[in-house]
Amino acid sequence: MCLSQSVMNYFPEEVLEHVFDFVTSHRDRNAVSLVCKSWYNVEKFSREKVFIGNCYAVNPERLIARFPRLRSLSLKGKPHFADFNLMPHDWGGHVYPWIEAMSKSRINLEELRLKRMVVSDESLELLAKSFPNFKSLVLVTCEGYTTDGLAAIASNCKFLRELDLQENEVDDRKGHWLSCFPESCTSLVSLNFSCLKGEVNVAALERLVARCRNLRSLRLNHAVPLEVLQKILVHAPQLNDLGTGSFTHDPNSETYVKLKNAMKNCHSIRSFSGFLDVNGRCLPAVYPICASLTALNLSYAPGIFSNELAKLIRHCKKIERLWILDTIGDKGLGVVANTCKELQELRVFPSDPYGVGNAAVTEEGLVAISAGCPKLNSILYFCQQMTNAALITVAKNCPNFIRFRLCTLNPIVPDAATNQPLDEGFGAIVQSCKGLTRLSVSGLLTDQVFLYIGMYAERLEMLSIAFAGDSDKGMLYVLNGCKKLKKLEIRDSPFGNMALLSDMGKYETMRSLWMSSCQVTLGACKTLAEKMPRLNVEIISENEGGAGEGEASLDDRDRVEKMYLYRTLVGPRTDAPDFVRTL
Amino acid sequence: MEDYSREDEGCPQLLDLIAKGGEWVGKSAVERSHGTSEEKKLELRLAPPGGEWSFEESYATISRERDGLFSLGPCPQNTVLKPPSPWQQQQQQHLQTSYLHPVRRESSQLCSNRAAAAAAAETKAFSVANTAVHNTAQKRTAPASVVGWPPIRSFRKNIASGSSSKQASDSPDGAPRKVSTVENCPRTPFVKINMDGIPIGRKVDLKSYNTYEKLSFAVDELFRGLLAVQKKLCSGGIKDEGDGVEKIGGLLDGSGEYTLVYEDHEGDRMLVGDVPWHMFVSTVKRLRVLKSSELSALSREHSTPY
Repeated sequence: MCLSQSVMNYFPEEVLEHVFDFVTSHRDRNAVSLVCKSWYNVEKFSREKVFIGNCYAVNPERLIARFPRLRSLSLKGKPHFADFNLMPHDWGGHVYPWIEAMSKSRINLEELRLKRMVVSDESLELLAKSFPNFKSLVLVTCEGYTTDGLAAIASNCKFLRELDLQENEVDDRKGHWLSCFPESCTSLVSLNFSCLKGEVNVAALERLVARCRNLRSLRLNHAVPLEVLQKILVHAPQLNDLGTGSFTHDPNSETYVKLKNAMKNCHSIRSFSGFLDVNGRCLPAVYPICASLTALNLSYAPGIFSNELAKLIRHCKKIERLWILDTIGDKGLGVVANTCKELQELRVFPSDPYGVGNAAVTEEGLVAISAGCPKLNSILYFCQQMTNAALITVAKNCPNFIRFRLCTLNPIVPDAATNQPLDEGFGAIVQSCKGLTRLSVSGLLTDQVFLYIGMYAERLEMLSIAFAGDSDKGMLYVLNGCKKLKKLEIRDSPFGNMALLSDMGKYETMRSLWMSSCQVTLGACKTLAEKMPRLNVEIISENEGGAGEGEASLDDRDRVEKMYLYRTLVGPRTDAPDFVRTL
Repeated sequence: MEDYSREDEGCPQLLDLIAKGGEWVGKSAVERSHGTSEEKKLELRLAPPGGEWSFEESYATISRERDGLFSLGPCPQNTVLKPPSPWQQQQQQHLQTSYLHPVRRESSQLCSNRAAAAAAAETKAFSVANTAVHNTAQKRTAPASVVGWPPIRSFRKNIASGSSSKQASDSPDGAPRKVSTVENCPRTPFVKINMDGIPIGRKVDLKSYNTYEKLSFAVDELFRGLLAVQKKLCSGGIKDEGDGVEKIGGLLDGSGEYTLVYEDHEGDRMLVGDVPWHMFVSTVKRLRVLKSSELSALSREHSTPY
């Protein structure tokens, strides 16, 4: 009505801005900017954190024009299946253009979080020199840089709070990057270099830890021995999150005793990881902190025997997140089920991925966990075998799953008890877990499982399919049924052109679709690309280095080996290598 | 349960054929499932079925609680059943051919969709048991040699061996970095090779050599010129070694100025030449030509962290 409209018109922008400060999630802020022009503008100039799920969906120029006051940027590059050797090297995902553009526009960048991107030393150097208030660099599964780039960051970022390198591929030049933190640097809150392969200057490390009184999170690499860990803990008993390097020593030594005492003093440690090289007999040093741990990652430590693991876990009653290897066995999982009543997320990784029947967990472990841990909502489970009955029981026990990822070591193994496909089990999961947002299926699966997924997985955003389904119908069920689907990745499944082309508009509602070793042909991809100009449909050839015979000889009727399509506002990318063809 | 047993009465008992190491063992059973009873009867088994009825019971209980989910199957109840034996023969014939795909297409012409789905399921199950017949290029049915399965990042793949340096040094990013064969990578093994003192590296295709001697010769060829240039640059024109380019020799036996070492898939540095050639090719990730004098320096460095 007229009165309220005029009231809104006089609502000062400063007040709006203040209100919007409380709106923090990206999705909510996006919604806010759609309300009206005035709100769009206020939101635009007050937005400080931007998340871009696919770096090729927009470009740096548009980002800067849209959010000129940007301070924190999160970018993701390669698609998820790139983690598993399915994407050729050099496909793309370079961060340099983004850093360059922000540098030129004098963006006051403080935080940069990258996932699956290629980061060069040049980009790190430019980053370090362009943004005087830069505080936080988080690189997850990135590659392309060396320790020289880290040295540039350490030397130049005066207010650096966070340097977090998770599972990166770094060329370790064994330089003294750690010594490049100036003596004046006392601002570090979080330092994670666990993925680095080389030695570090431990004296410099100790001094750094000693002077950064606000340090809360420290994850060391394997080159840092137990003696040094002990000294570090004496300097930093205030740590919340600790990743050990090497954890092996003579348990009868004085060093070990000192370590035990140092650990006892660390009352604030809530998250523990590492054990990159471990002697099981040193584990008792850790027991004092176990009682207050909420997160524990033992998935890098195959050398711990199942009974030692069980002993350790019995101390960890408050664990909410547990990452572990399948060496724990079904029995060990039983111990987890009895002890860890607060457990929310469990990941069980394979210790022997190509071994023959050495994997030690089966459906029994999963059922035990589901029965014992009522708060369980996220699982990644690599197992030797599974049954529908077990999955159905799990579905009944745990209706709260938001992430359910099951990976059978044999990708098409049927139900171990009945030899049926595992359709029914997964069907029960999607029917019971109404909040499911991420699902990975494996085992022998027919189109039926996709019918269930389409019917019941209403909130599903990400689905990973491998070696499953019988016909186009399977994919159709999913595309038609899952309204909230954002990312679909399929490999080695018999879905073809009919499924691909049945609802082309759907792909504009999604972030991306990956299909490899499926039945789609070049002709169909061309049709799709022609009809949908706002999608980039990339055909990725096997052969690196040159548009080889592979591409030229592809006929429209030929199957495409790898196709990656994604919605974009900026058309085909300009940095695509030879073996990537955007249709 | 009532629903299902009614269906059962209508369908004749059919033989289930179970593959046991290639031999066929006939076994009769009444198969049942939620509306795909036809396929189950046609379905091949890898092992004796067990516990099906209890599964059906628990299943049926849940589905009743949840509004008969599975009675909504798209397949009509009165699909014509094909007798198993001619079907079996067809399957066997098709399996002699290379790919699953022709099999599936043909079968869909012959039968209803559901039976085709079963055929695909059968061929999958069948093929797993008979990998000898089956073309290993077909990834769907050769799980042991599948690229990117199980889906774990590279650095986790070698954790089982128990060494810490391995897991830290393997590529956490799935894409192999222009190295030679990672376990399941079908690519030609081009390997990076760097030489001490030379900033630019080369790449070698290990497949084109079959002995260490040939590799050593190739290394000499690759770097001889570069080394000569480098020496000229560094020594400002004064040539110590005389005119022309000098051969780089003694790479394998420690007798030369340089020694050939490599990094294996576990991240460890190894002297080239210890293991049989084919084993070397399968584990090498990159090569390095080090100055022989550096080798002792390296071992010192490694034992004392600084």
